[in-house]
Amino acid sequence: MPKDSGIGASSKRREDVRFLTGVGNYTDDINMHGQTYAYFLRSEVAHGKINNLDIADASAMPGVLKIFTADDLTAAGGVPCGWQVTDRFGNPMQEPKHPILAEGKVRHVGDPIACVVAETLEQARDAAEAIELDIEELEAVIDMKAALNDGATKVHDDLDNNLCYDWGFVEENRDAVDEAIKNAHHVTTLELTNNRLVPNPMEPRVAIGDYSRGKDEYTLYTTSQNPHVIRLLMGAFVLSIPEHKLRVVAPDVGGGFGSKIYHYAEEAMVTFASKVVNRPVKWTCSRSEAFVSDAHGRDHVTKIELAMDENHMFTAVRTETYANMGAYLSTFAPSIPTWLHGTLMAGNYKTPLVYVNVKAVFTNTVPVDAYRGAGRPEATYQLERVVDKAARELGVDPAELRRKNFIKPEEFPYQTPVAVVYDTGNYHATLDKGLEMVDYANFDKRVAESKARGKLRGLGIAHFIEACGIAPSNLVGQLGARAGLYESATVRVNATGGLVVMTGSHSHGQGHETSFAQVVADMIGIDENMVEIVHGDTNNAPMGMGTYGSRSIAVGGSAMVRATEKIIAKAKKVASHLLEASEGDIELKDGAFSVAGTDKSITWGEVCLAAYVPHNYPLEDLEPGLEETAFYDPSNFTYPSGAYICEVEVDEETGKVDILGFTAADDFGNVINPMIVEGQVHGGVAQGIGQAMLENTVYDENGQLLTGSYMDYAMPRAADVPNFSVDHSCVTPCTHNPLGVKGCGEAGAIGSPPAVVNAVIDALHRGGHTHVEHIDMPVSPARVWAAINNK
Amino acid sequence: MKLSDSREIKADRATVWAALLNADVLKACVPGCQEMSGSPEEGFEATVVQKVGPVKATFKGVVTLSDMDAPNSVTLSGEGKGGAAGFAKGGADVRLEEIPGGTRLIYDVEAKVGGKLAQLGSRIIDGFAKKMADQFFERFQQEVEGPEAAAEVAAPAMAEAAPAAAAPAEEAAPAKKGFLKRMFGG
Repeated sequence: MPKDSGIGASSKRREDVRFLTGVGNYTDDINMHGQTYAYFLRSEVAHGKINNLDIADASAMPGVLKIFTADDLTAAGGVPCGWQVTDRFGNPMQEPKHPILAEGKVRHVGDPIACVVAETLEQARDAAEAIELDIEELEAVIDMKAALNDGATKVHDDLDNNLCYDWGFVEENRDAVDEAIKNAHHVTTLELTNNRLVPNPMEPRVAIGDYSRGKDEYTLYTTSQNPHVIRLLMGAFVLSIPEHKLRVVAPDVGGGFGSKIYHYAEEAMVTFASKVVNRPVKWTCSRSEAFVSDAHGRDHVTKIELAMDENHMFTAVRTETYANMGAYLSTFAPSIPTWLHGTLMAGNYKTPLVYVNVKAVFTNTVPVDAYRGAGRPEATYQLERVVDKAARELGVDPAELRRKNFIKPEEFPYQTPVAVVYDTGNYHATLDKGLEMVDYANFDKRVAESKARGKLRGLGIAHFIEACGIAPSNLVGQLGARAGLYESATVRVNATGGLVVMTGSHSHGQGHETSFAQVVADMIGIDENMVEIVHGDTNNAPMGMGTYGSRSIAVGGSAMVRATEKIIAKAKKVASHLLEASEGDIELKDGAFSVAGTDKSITWGEVCLAAYVPHNYPLEDLEPGLEETAFYDPSNFTYPSGAYICEVEVDEETGKVDILGFTAADDFGNVINPMIVEGQVHGGVAQGIGQAMLENTVYDENGQLLTGSYMDYAMPRAADVPNFSVDHSCVTPCTHNPLGVKGCGEAGAIGSPPAVVNAVIDALHRGGHTHVEHIDMPVSPARVWAAINNK
Repeated sequence: MKLSDSREIKADRATVWAALLNADVLKACVPGCQEMSGSPEEGFEATVVQKVGPVKATFKGVVTLSDMDAPNSVTLSGEGKGGAAGFAKGGADVRLEEIPGGTRLIYDVEAKVGGKLAQLGSRIIDGFAKKMADQFFERFQQEVEGPEAAAEVAAPAMAEAAPAAAAPAEEAAPAKKGFLKRMFGG
């Protein structure tokens, strides 16, 4: 029986009441007294030298308060990068300066050059158009491999070349992997591209800077997934504002998918400007602007080799990847193709030797950083594609080849050859579950049915692993993170028994306000509606690291559990005093404290009241009040995994692919709210199908973004996705966090792209087009048709 | 984007050459041209209003002539700035060859766009540039040959299968009606 409240219940998302009735409070809904408007003049060329920037006439335009250029920001720091990767020779990555406004050069279309602050947005835009700007266009560096050629134009003149780093992992295994591949019974090789994506959250970015002259304090309202991180980065590294003088508020946020993790130049600009003009300064990003200023995702070019012995057991994996960094290093960019990618290259398999080489490259394109999955989709895609190709080459069932090489359930905890230790998992169970859900045994009948209708049917399997719940601070510190990755929670109990939980996690669509409340209510045994979740304001929540990497319930939820445990411990002390019993005899059940073995009992509300109305209270032993804070730093990552199975039909005359069914059988560990988890998987799979079938970011050779609007950048629509079959009944609870949870936010976007492409290739092979070994995403009709017809 | 094409004009090469270097002719021929001034030596300044897909803008730009080899060939390069709409740059290598009854004008055009024009209009920019080039040289032909001639030419051109009527030499005469008339007031 499904539960109707608490952990495991599909409680309805309470936040949806305001989201669905149009009364949410997004950053753009905030309008301040005396507000002014910022507009950024951005580069229209990908690479250029600014020969002249004259703001004199524009500054005299009606309504203009001030036009900022790099000259106004000499005291400010650049936009910082939060992760330093060390290359395979032991040297730090090349790290260029990332100015808030262009300093003499522009390096991508969209690079901000000047910021106009005016009374109205229209006046700001008019003035921006009147700025006299003379840019000498330079050769643009777009292709990653060409960017690394000797003598290639440099994106940053002060760097040695366009190589950010050349990373090897595990470097000590490099020779052993080469040897294993040389001596292998069979080696399957695949070259592929993980297409560049534009994140496209429903709500574009917005930032409002507000300086209070009376208190010499700044407030930044911004569309962020992690307000504390923005406060730290912007306060300490960019504007030199001490954290106690800077408040960052990220109210309702309409989706992020990674793109709202980073500290962006516009946030620093409006904060800085608000003091100069002594008025609030608001910037609202247009959709067109978002295409050229939000950090993009993916963009890897990879060659992967999988070596096998005569029993088809994997003996080694070797990969070489070119990863696009874009023109500057976004906040977490260097970590994505390395630590969030290389450490997953063992997949679900017992491959003993893995070597991952990544060359990160600067190009004259928008910076690239984490996008839903971040590194793990790139790892999963290449691995699950090459395993599929291997099965085809060997003439074996792809499900069987996977099963054979899976880590066995009894082998956990499992030390991979790529540093991480998987605590739990049962990949056989999820694969079997998925195959059962799609009726794998009868697939051939469906192939025949399709054939009768002149269509080619195919089935694609992918089995993913990801490392979520990021991250153990000690570990990531060793890997180059310039921050800790713990999470925080303060649980404040009010005198009348209601609770406010202030979490360092941030909800921008995930439903934390519902699922987090379920956990706390369940622990105490009270109604969920007595618990309110507060997040997104550095003045309320303790220092937290925000939401990304499927970390909220695993890390943020665990911090909340620890704080609630402290609350319960203290409440028991209060109860023991009120009940005149020994503290050790007090039991909490269903919201009441009782003395074990007696009928003496007192309610949760009475204890809370006593804590705040300490008339008869042991003040010498116990402080009044009931409020506790906890910080939780995980001891390991969590490792969700699952089987993703896609069934397609291909029209060989047109190359059109129809997705007939999509099935996901995940092991997320324990599940707090099954409905929310299902919704997260749906969203992730839709995004993965978007990448696999539709989305692609195209630059021309001059660095102009050709897919800069929804006319050319194809987002998945409802008609492009099938009904999903989702299951999360295969549960191996996480062993190292108190809830036994693993995280589910990114899984759908990680597991689905290889399943789609595997299905298309399967269909073509079944139709006799056996020369088609691979089609790069998106598998558009044109590409499928060309592959069939050898074009 | 790049495109190459040619056009036969019923006028002698010197006439065609002179027309190519004439600001008034260029103004009349550049689609959407509001103003054109200058000289072949110093270059021309132009204001052009155009709509590319969803983007409509006034482009202010300069056209310069280089590699001039009268009356054989010339390179025209232009750059127009459309403010918030972005920019367009382009060049045309134009060659003139004498043919019976007139001149063959051969052009290789290269164009590129940036900013909002590229972001929103890239899908249609190739077609747009082709249309612009076609319109330009169509009008240029009309300007040089005069409207009557253009009309006369249009008919046989439509009926291409008609017995190969080598363009009679006398047809070159009306060519002077349009552009030369205005040029020399004759």
